[in-house]
Amino acid sequence: MAEVLVYVDHVDGAVRKPTLELLTLARRIGDPVAVHLGPGADQAAATLGEYGAVKVLAAEAAEFDDYLVVPKVDALQAAYDAVSPAAVLVPSSAEGKEIAARLAVRIGSGIITDAVDLESGDEGPVATQSVFAAAFTTKSRVSKGTPVITVKPNSTAPEAAQAAGTVEQLAVSFGEKASGTKVVSRTPRESSGRPELTEAAIVVSGGRGVNGAENFHVIEELADSLGAAVGASRAAVDAGWYPHSNQVGQTGKTVSPQLYVATGISGAIQHRAGMQTSKTIVAINKDAEAPIFDLVDYGVVGDLFDVVPKLTEEVKTRKG
Amino acid sequence: MSLRIVVCVKYVPDATGDRHFAEDLTTDRESVDGLLSELDEYAVEQALQISEDADDAEITVLTVGPDDAKDALRKALSMGADKAVHVEDDDLHGTDAMGTSAVLAKAVEKTGYDLVVCGMASTDGTMGVLPAMLAERLGVPQVTLLSEVSVTDGKVNGRRDGDAATEQLEASLPAVVSVTDLSGEARYPSFKGIMAAKKKPVESLDLDDLDIEADEVGLEGAWTKVDDATPRPARTAGTVVKDEGEGGKQLAEYLAGQKFI
Ligand SMILES: Cc1cc2nc3c(=O)[nH]c(=O)nc-3n(C[C@H](O)[C@H](O)[C@H](O)COP(=O)(O)OP(=O)(O)OC[C@H]3O[C@@H](n4cnc5c(N)ncnc54)[C@H](O)[C@@H]3O)c2cc1C
Ligand SMILES: Nc1ncnc2c1ncn2[C@@H]1O[C@H](COP(=O)(O)O)[C@@H](O)[C@H]1O
Repeated sequence: MAEVLVYVDHVDGAVRKPTLELLTLARRIGDPVAVHLGPGADQAAATLGEYGAVKVLAAEAAEFDDYLVVPKVDALQAAYDAVSPAAVLVPSSAEGKEIAARLAVRIGSGIITDAVDLESGDEGPVATQSVFAAAFTTKSRVSKGTPVITVKPNSTAPEAAQAAGTVEQLAVSFGEKASGTKVVSRTPRESSGRPELTEAAIVVSGGRGVNGAENFHVIEELADSLGAAVGASRAAVDAGWYPHSNQVGQTGKTVSPQLYVATGISGAIQHRAGMQTSKTIVAINKDAEAPIFDLVDYGVVGDLFDVVPKLTEEVKTRKG
Repeated sequence: MSLRIVVCVKYVPDATGDRHFAEDLTTDRESVDGLLSELDEYAVEQALQISEDADDAEITVLTVGPDDAKDALRKALSMGADKAVHVEDDDLHGTDAMGTSAVLAKAVEKTGYDLVVCGMASTDGTMGVLPAMLAERLGVPQVTLLSEVSVTDGKVNGRRDGDAATEQLEASLPAVVSVTDLSGEARYPSFKGIMAAKKKPVESLDLDDLDIEADEVGLEGAWTKVDDATPRPARTAGTVVKDEGEGGKQLAEYLAGQKFI
């Protein structure tokens, strides 16, 4: 069976969930071969094998941290040359998309970004995408070269399927362009301890209606009672009430959770672009005419400062 | 020596309009009003700020797109860019990211550049891959997704706010930069700017001028193929209740019924 390269997203060997989804999708096309860059390959290999990786190509080098993007492209290309895969799958993060894009140029292949599903077809893998702020669903494929496809988080439920997961060292020689952009310093983002926004089953978001950073605890308390991630509209982010890394929408994250709770958010097209594919949508807004109510499964017209604390109380009571 | 800045801008269908596909499954750019992609306004703005800080700089705005794309160039010129290049050719219809990046790379080289500034993503395709592809093709450093950027002594410095970390980046010119919507609001064109823009030169180039064969671009030459586009079914209307003191409780009941609690 043909092999499919899967680029691994991990934190020091702890494999992130979107990679397990990629492995699951990759198995529909061929045998997944994982590409693990940086430390922790042996630890990662156990998980990668459990989800179907027949092989784990591993490389460790200071260049991956010291310079932007290109060293990782050099490594992925080395894996591509070693395997001659039927497709290359990369997680749809900002960096993942850039790595995939440069690889596509190098190997002269078409690229599809932000797939939300993938199946095998007569003429190669068929990717489902959600476009124009999720107003349309498209099916596309790469018609020239080896398909390079980036896949969004929450595209499928990870399914285990034990495979060997044998670790092999990948020899990478860095080109002269690899050191073009120096990472002078790096400040890791502090973890909130809450679920990852793009991976969470429930997301609770606050918008301009929250009216101040000091009020966001109302949103956080509801999120915590539900075990949810916290999101924010751009209005709330621009006002400095919540970090940009939590922004949901066109220029923030796309989320597709089981449940999305929008509080004090009007539902502008750019916000909808990032949450419209959520399974269940509920909203709390004091304006009955707010466009967000066009999307909801359940909506409450009311002041969020009345409704949300009572909801949080009720959730806590019911959960015991 | 003057700093030559090329800003890549895209003409896109208005996101608040009724965007859809044409019969050949390309983006319909005719029946929906178009405009300069809002995310590329940030690129124009940063280019203007960089040029204001430089001794001597010249900004060229570049677009690959249909005849109407001139509107996007005019807007950028009225914000303060010096001149424009419009790559326009009937054979370009349906070109995908691989093709567009090849055309942009040729056009940037022909124009001459020290710095290329792009937006973070186009508001129609929303791929966010063009800047990286352009850097790869030009063989120069990519300094992308910056929320802060400056150019001094032949170097680009910038701050990249990623998911896991904030990074401070540095590269030598020539380079390709992309900026996010955190880089600072774009200025509005002044009346004077709008009048001045009418006299600024707009150079038109076709595929011949760039030595690109027609079969390397367009719908036929594309590296990807859209087989199907279906409108997303409208969400079925849900229940909306007015809070009379019980709204929180009612919502909790709904969520419990759906097994979220
Ligand atoms: C290129 C571009 C990209 C963009 N990207 C994004 C993006 O990624 N994400 C994003 O969110 N936006 C984005 N936007 C901005 C978007 O157009 C909207 O401006 C933004 O989403 C509005 O945020 P909001 O709903 O919080 O604020 P508003 O539109 O001001 O809505 C606030 C809502 O809160 C309600 N409210 C106020 N007080 C209360 C209360 N006490 N209780 C209950 N309800 C209350 C009001 O009735 C109102 O409906 C983008 C715009 C552009 C041009
Ligand atoms: N047709 C085009 N003409 C000029 N610049 C473009 C074009 N398409 C994309 N770009 C640039 O590339 C950036 C990223 O676009 P994309 O990868 O399509 O999301 C945009 O913000 C523009 O700066």
